[in-house]
Amino acid sequence: MNKKHINEIEDQMKLANEGLPEKERGLFADARPTTVDAFNKYYEGFLNWARSRSLWMLAFGTGCGATELRPLMTSRYDMSRYGIAPRPTPRQASVFIIGGYASIKTIKRIVRSYEQMQGPKYVIALGSCTINGGMYFDSYNTINRLDYYIPVDVYIAGCMPRPEALIAGFNRLKEKIRAGECEGMNEYAEKFDWFKKNQKQIIKNWNMPDYNW
Amino acid sequence: MSNLSKNKYSGYDADRSKYPEMENGKAVIDLDSHKFTKIWQGPQHPGVTGNMSVELIINGDEIVWAKTHVGYLHRAFEKLMERRKYIQCFPLVCRICVPEPDTNEYCVSAAMEDLAGITVPEKAQWLRTLNLEMSRIASYLMWIGGQAGSLGMGAIGQWTVGMRDFWLDLFEEMTGGRVYHMYMIPGGVRKDLPDGFKDQARDLIVRTRKLLGDVENTFLSNAIVKSRLQGLGIITPEMVDEYGIVGPNARATGREYDIRINNPYVKYSELDVKMITSSVGDAYARAELRYKDMHQSLDLVSAILDRIPEEGALQAKMPNLVNWKIPPGQTYVKAESTRGEHGFYMVSDGTGKPRRVFARGASYTHAISVLEELAVNISLSDLAALMVSLHTCPPEIER
Amino acid sequence: MEQLIKKLKGMVHLRAYRKQRDDLHFIMVDKPQLEMILAHLKNNEGFTHLAFLQAVDLIEDGKFQLTYMLYNYSTSVNLGVNVLIDRDDAEMNSIHKLWAHGWQYQRELHELYGIDFPGSPRVEESFVLEGWEEMPPMRRDFDTLEYSDKTFYQRPGRSTNDPAEYMKEKMYKNYPPSPGIRRDDE
Repeated sequence: MNKKHINEIEDQMKLANEGLPEKERGLFADARPTTVDAFNKYYEGFLNWARSRSLWMLAFGTGCGATELRPLMTSRYDMSRYGIAPRPTPRQASVFIIGGYASIKTIKRIVRSYEQMQGPKYVIALGSCTINGGMYFDSYNTINRLDYYIPVDVYIAGCMPRPEALIAGFNRLKEKIRAGECEGMNEYAEKFDWFKKNQKQIIKNWNMPDYNW
Repeated sequence: MSNLSKNKYSGYDADRSKYPEMENGKAVIDLDSHKFTKIWQGPQHPGVTGNMSVELIINGDEIVWAKTHVGYLHRAFEKLMERRKYIQCFPLVCRICVPEPDTNEYCVSAAMEDLAGITVPEKAQWLRTLNLEMSRIASYLMWIGGQAGSLGMGAIGQWTVGMRDFWLDLFEEMTGGRVYHMYMIPGGVRKDLPDGFKDQARDLIVRTRKLLGDVENTFLSNAIVKSRLQGLGIITPEMVDEYGIVGPNARATGREYDIRINNPYVKYSELDVKMITSSVGDAYARAELRYKDMHQSLDLVSAILDRIPEEGALQAKMPNLVNWKIPPGQTYVKAESTRGEHGFYMVSDGTGKPRRVFARGASYTHAISVLEELAVNISLSDLAALMVSLHTCPPEIER
Repeated sequence: MEQLIKKLKGMVHLRAYRKQRDDLHFIMVDKPQLEMILAHLKNNEGFTHLAFLQAVDLIEDGKFQLTYMLYNYSTSVNLGVNVLIDRDDAEMNSIHKLWAHGWQYQRELHELYGIDFPGSPRVEESFVLEGWEEMPPMRRDFDTLEYSDKTFYQRPGRSTNDPAEYMKEKMYKNYPPSPGIRRDDE
């Protein structure tokens, strides 16, 4: 690798991580997300079957909907029956549950956590406030539509949805995964610029890089 | 920056002979020296009681500096209530604190009644007392699961959160809502107890007591729990006034302040509420105090069930709530939640919408200035236990 | 409590006194005397607990009304101390030396109302907002619905009804206008 190449790479890195302090620029990857093509029908079908049976969710209670996750995790509703387990870090999780309203400060963390999750990854949006703002439709600090910022696979309506509704939502997600319809990750890669534009419109102090998984 | 050399609150004195170096009584924390690490606990940390983050600087595994960041749950309730009619505020207020919504509902209805000069009928008062006391039990059950979970004892969380769910079933029978009840409205309550409710509640009290016995054997008498919680996060009596500490955190230092006794509201003046205090002030004393308080709440619920009158009005004579205008004035109504003094300050200006509503949550000081003070000099793994033992609830901080 | 009010009247200029309940009283004092009276109440009269410090936006008068809610543990009485400050260059003395958690409320008021508290620690830090560029949002002239419509995308299909109009339309269409009483005692 000659000097010219190195200079080119350094230029690209600066572009991707613009807005960060000098010493933090090298800490983040700078590749755009790419779409993943499906394998042949039978192999993909097997993979989808396997994926739908081990949903590991990210234990990030982003709103008040997280209160109903606790009964769901514990003895009464016991979601491990369905092969769902909470994980503490985004890098081990495959399902992200947005527990209700997302304030601007939270949506920034949601975007970062979502980008850190490894594919295939799915999003369940819980509560009316992720669909159209719910009762916080006129609040200056909560978003109205979650699907403008990250792709959503399943919505669960209600304020707040009961644990039974959550289980129904998980079952719907499993059906969608087995049918191969959960393409949120590819959608995010395809419409990446549009998502980033929407995110930047509300997150005013954009002190994170554009690509940071 | 906290004073590191002379730690007046924590019982543990760290060896400061090497670093951080002290200068004029303050620690020199230079992140570029590679002796310190800055990490964030939260907002997605599972040990955190809610969506809140603590920015930490650690030296080894010992915290030398802590700072709380809130605002992840800010929904601008107070601004939204200024745009809503009085009765439209009720779907909003119960969402201010999720584990214990009824205290909010009571405070807002009582504030409106106080400003408008409405007296609530006898039976509605009893039903309100029952609802408030049941919500205290549900909140405590969730807390004790969190406290055990923060020490790695997942089983107790499984039991108590499962038991809390049966209390939520009772709420559902009583009010129609599982988590958010919207049961109390200005002038009274929405409906009467259903048939067979009292038997069901008495049965559940027996089951909860049995569970609490198990919890005492496995949690409070556990040697590991004792060795980790005793001496952790000591609050001294002087801190109570200085930081405005309320509730079980203040009672654990010996301060006799329980609003149910000092300023009785609804029907607490007719009930036998005992002041439970301790004099140690550490996390274990707080846990023990809350455990006793749970037993007292169960006693109170069974006493209330015996004393609810069969007949009586559920609603005072009220004007049309859609066009309800409250005369100008200001008031402050408070109630004892499981975390302490929970109050609402309401200002009306004679129109159909409130001029200002402010929710004073007990966690406001507990989670910010008290936690920042107590977190210094403890080990990183104890931080989650400390946060849960202060019983912080972030939504009531930022509202 | 009457004795205390009499005593305070001798000390400072009490602009207003109001008894809301037996255990809740409000007084209004002048801005320069506030710090002195708070220190007196805390150190000599036993009002040691600061429950909260909050502001009300009186936009018609061009004022902010600050409320310091104190509590006396021995007599179980709440005393609210009101003070009016100018809305345009809102500035107030800091009370962080009297109560160690006073700075929190001052930081909140600085962010949500734009009231300045010179000398208060960490008052410039952000409390709940991040990257906020508009005017302080809790001021009355900030329209949160307009901001929300402008910034966040509305999902079509949402309709909002004024409850009074809606009820008239749906429930009381066939009835003459109601006298304003909904239900009776029983």
